[in-house]
Amino acid sequence: MELVLPGVGLTFWMLLVFSVLLFLLKKFAWKPILTMLSERENSIEEALKSADQAREQMAKLQSDNEALYKQAREERDQILKEAREMKDSIIGEAKRSAEEEGKRMIMKASEEISKQKAVAIAELKGQVATLSVSIAEKLINNQLSNSEEQQSIIAKQVNSLNNNQQAIA
Amino acid sequence: MPENKGLSTIKKLQNFTLIVIFALFSPINTFANQAISSSDTTHVEKTEHPAAHGEAHGHGEAEAFNPGKMILDHVKDAHDWHILDYTSNGVSHPVSVPLPVILYDNGLHMFMSSKFEHGHAVVESKGNYYKLHEGHIYKTEADGHIEADAKGVVSNAAPMDLSITKNVFALLFGAVIILLIFLTVAKGYKKRGVGAPKGIQSLLEILIVFMKDEVIKPSVGKHYAKFLPLLLTIFFFIFINNLMGLIPLFPFGANLTGNIAVTMILALFVFVVVNFSGNKHYWKHIFMPDVPVALWILLIPIEILGVVLKPFVLMLRLFANITAGHIIILGFFSLIFIFGQKNLVAGYGSAVFSVAFTLFMSVLELLVAFLQAYVFTLLASLYIGSATEEHHHAEDHH
Repeated sequence: MELVLPGVGLTFWMLLVFSVLLFLLKKFAWKPILTMLSERENSIEEALKSADQAREQMAKLQSDNEALYKQAREERDQILKEAREMKDSIIGEAKRSAEEEGKRMIMKASEEISKQKAVAIAELKGQVATLSVSIAEKLINNQLSNSEEQQSIIAKQVNSLNNNQQAIA
Repeated sequence: MPENKGLSTIKKLQNFTLIVIFALFSPINTFANQAISSSDTTHVEKTEHPAAHGEAHGHGEAEAFNPGKMILDHVKDAHDWHILDYTSNGVSHPVSVPLPVILYDNGLHMFMSSKFEHGHAVVESKGNYYKLHEGHIYKTEADGHIEADAKGVVSNAAPMDLSITKNVFALLFGAVIILLIFLTVAKGYKKRGVGAPKGIQSLLEILIVFMKDEVIKPSVGKHYAKFLPLLLTIFFFIFINNLMGLIPLFPFGANLTGNIAVTMILALFVFVVVNFSGNKHYWKHIFMPDVPVALWILLIPIEILGVVLKPFVLMLRLFANITAGHIIILGFFSLIFIFGQKNLVAGYGSAVFSVAFTLFMSVLELLVAFLQAYVFTLLASLYIGSATEEHHHAEDHH
């Protein structure tokens, strides 16, 4: 029976000691311990959250990179295509202008030739006339008696010159 | 007498075994002087020293081994801390650590418990005379006469006894240990901040976090934070003192958490906190339960009874479990001496089994030490939780 009856002394001491223990532990142990534990919980939670954010950002960055890469490739293709087209057009243009130039030069040359030819012919004609006159002089000097005959000879000479000129033209 | 020869052999056996057992299990040592027995002289002892009859730690020729008394002497409180007994010339001498006696009897009286000489001497203090009888201090005349009736009820006046008894000493010692442990842990947290814990800090963090997150938080509910210091203190107080009660040698091994006064104060704290933090729903549930008014006359007394009964059961459960653990271990050791008194071989034989069983029980008690601390804290948390719970269906009317 005595076992289940609380003793006055022990009850008193227990009340005192437990109250003091509770007070001391609350103030000097539980407060720092529980504060630190909850702080650590928060810091772990924050770390996890920021890790998640970092992962998201990484994924976003990766997709951004891919898009950039794709765009760059497209741009490169575009540039290459344009360059090829430009090359083709430049070559075509050059060809065309060269052809035109050639044609123009040929035309100019032929014009010049025909002009030169005309000049030459005119000169030739003059020389032929001079020659003819000198020939005629000679002939006159030699044979003035037979003038008719002489004139026909001159005509013959001149005609043959004309024919030669036509053949050249 | 041939019987005497047998008894002296038993004495030798008991002396030897006692030395071994004292080294292992001092809580059971109170049977020492009873174990060294001589039935012939018991009667003389009784007649010569009626006041010392049954006193466990008395000098002189000891009585027959009485396991029930030995066990009760251990699980009860005492004014000195009994370590062992030795026998010389057939007279047993108890060896114990004297503890301070503090009495309030029209002024404070303080002296060491060794002055009682284990109940044989009358102590004079400031003109008053005191005597230790059956573990209690009574006021006597100078002759030290204790007036007891046939049932053993003493009619002498008893002063208010605030002595540092065995359990008070264990309580103070335990409180110092707990303070040292948790101040070290707190220092670890201050030093390392939110960094990884180390040493004893990481050992206890497991328990603190377990109790906080798995027991107190889900049981108490959202206002759990302000009850954490009390509930954690209760848990570690019970747990550490339970464990210290399992360590056999002085200054451990007291049956502190198996003392009803200790569990009563623990339960009282829970009772006060539950009822002071109880919200209006808690009180409405008790005094205006959600039943027809006619049933109130039946239900209100039951609810009021429940308020008292909950902490009362907390008190009894812890007390009974820890005391039972101590009794079982002591019971197994008593078997050695019960058999040893009948037959020497039986004594040695039963010692093997007793030690094995005690070992098994001690391991089981390690589990019980945690389990009872856990259960006490869990139920206290649940009581607080139900007192502070908010009933949403009731708030809808506002």
